Amino acid sequence: MLKVENLQVSYGGIEALKGISFEVPTGKIVTLIGANGAGKTTTLRTISGLIKPKNGAITFEDVSIAGNDAAAIVGRGITLVPEGRRIFPDMTVLENLRIGAYLRKDKLDNDIERVYALFPRLKERSWQLGGTLSGGEQQMLAVGRALMANPKLLMMDEPSLGLAPIIVREIFDIIREVNKQGVTVLLIEQNANMALKTADYAYVMETGRITRSGSGNELLNDPTIKEAYLGTMNEEE
Amino acid sequence: MDYLPYLLAGVSVGGQYALIAIGYTMVYGILRLINFAHGDIFMAAGLIMVYLCTALPLAVSIPLVLVITVAIGFIVERAAYMPLREAPRMSVMISAIGVSYLIQNLALYLTGGLAKPYVSIPWISDTITVFGAATRRVTVITPILTIALMVALILLIKKTKIGMAMRAVSRDFDTSRLMGIRVNNVISVTFVIGSLLAAIGSILYFTNYTAVVPNSGQMPGLKAFVAAVFGGIGSIPGAVLGAFLIGICENLIKSGGGAWTNFSDAFTFVLLIGVLLVRPTGLFAEKKIDKV
Repeated sequence: MLKVENLQVSYGGIEALKGISFEVPTGKIVTLIGANGAGKTTTLRTISGLIKPKNGAITFEDVSIAGNDAAAIVGRGITLVPEGRRIFPDMTVLENLRIGAYLRKDKLDNDIERVYALFPRLKERSWQLGGTLSGGEQQMLAVGRALMANPKLLMMDEPSLGLAPIIVREIFDIIREVNKQGVTVLLIEQNANMALKTADYAYVMETGRITRSGSGNELLNDPTIKEAYLGTMNEEE
Repeated sequence: MDYLPYLLAGVSVGGQYALIAIGYTMVYGILRLINFAHGDIFMAAGLIMVYLCTALPLAVSIPLVLVITVAIGFIVERAAYMPLREAPRMSVMISAIGVSYLIQNLALYLTGGLAKPYVSIPWISDTITVFGAATRRVTVITPILTIALMVALILLIKKTKIGMAMRAVSRDFDTSRLMGIRVNNVISVTFVIGSLLAAIGSILYFTNYTAVVPNSGQMPGLKAFVAAVFGGIGSIPGAVLGAFLIGICENLIKSGGGAWTNFSDAFTFVLLIGVLLVRPTGLFAEKKIDKV
């Protein structure tokens, strides 16, 4: 579905991505894990059209999208749940959802109901301003908002950041649920443990390069990955 | 002492300031830019009216003034501000000051520095009597039109899709882009609305004056800016309320006659300083709800 080849991105004189290649097959959950500064966020921002690549190809459903503007990329069916959620604090929950469907001209009622079914808590808070929600609810709103565009590929940047473990688990359950409904997911995470358990396939990023790849389980049981990204394996249990 | 004529004049000029102030406050809300060229666009609308009326009937000139002024606002944004979108805010401000002088100097060149007598528009310049005070019809029309336009604008921002996009863009460019909003188009719409209101304000304002000169936009522009800051820059009702207060106070001071008339402008700025000392964010500051 999405294919990234030899992608190079630099800004401010720093080469953030030094030629990365990876693939996201239709219907799967793929994750990029890695430490701060590895280039994960840059990768997603480049795919979504916020940053222009210096070199390399990005193809989505066999069409080149590298260098397209963000609106065109949303129009093709790729949405991003940005890092830090970035919901609109002075819009209501409902308005936040509606703005996620900005490019659509059809009726939104069914999609709003679908998001409310995934996140019943958002329905209760429908008229509340986004800024008054808790961190976890804001994350749900950000995911719901990204789903409103009816994406084929949903990209998520650190959805677990700053959330309590119980909420993190809830968010990951939703990610699996959304995936089951037919949305392909590209997820980047520092919480490698959760990400690898959820993902079908995973790539490890280090300072602008992809250094490893494999199925979620494979990497989860790899001793070097364990040491570098997972810490002690028992803390989750 | 009869204050009524002064009060009426104040409400009227306040409405005219309000129509300019909305342009300042909207552009600030979305770009965090003080558009110093806005007062000059207001003046340009006045001159365009004068020139158009030499060749065309009023019924054609008025809509044409609106269209041309909107085009100028649009072009100024695309040519002088859009290329600086990623530049430091100070650079955009310097660019705005540059555009301001460019428009003034173009006007100076075109008019040869001569005051251009403003056209008298029938009906709205007719004299009428309100509660026993003789005034022009424009005095009554201005506040009604201003409030109507403000309500229409607020509805546009609250209820329509483009309004929602404007609110989103004023918050966060990148996240707006992720929603599929073309940020530059939304910013252009903001300038179009601001220029349109300035053009309407210009027609109402210059009807009360004999002539347009190249720096005719400066004082009303400055006062409208003061009104926008006074009301809490970024807030549309704030800017309108601020403009009415400034217009009324200014004219009531003039009612003192003699030396007081000379002090009316000084008063406007003392008022601004006073308000900023007590409420640094103005009467209706933008709400800040930030939770990360």
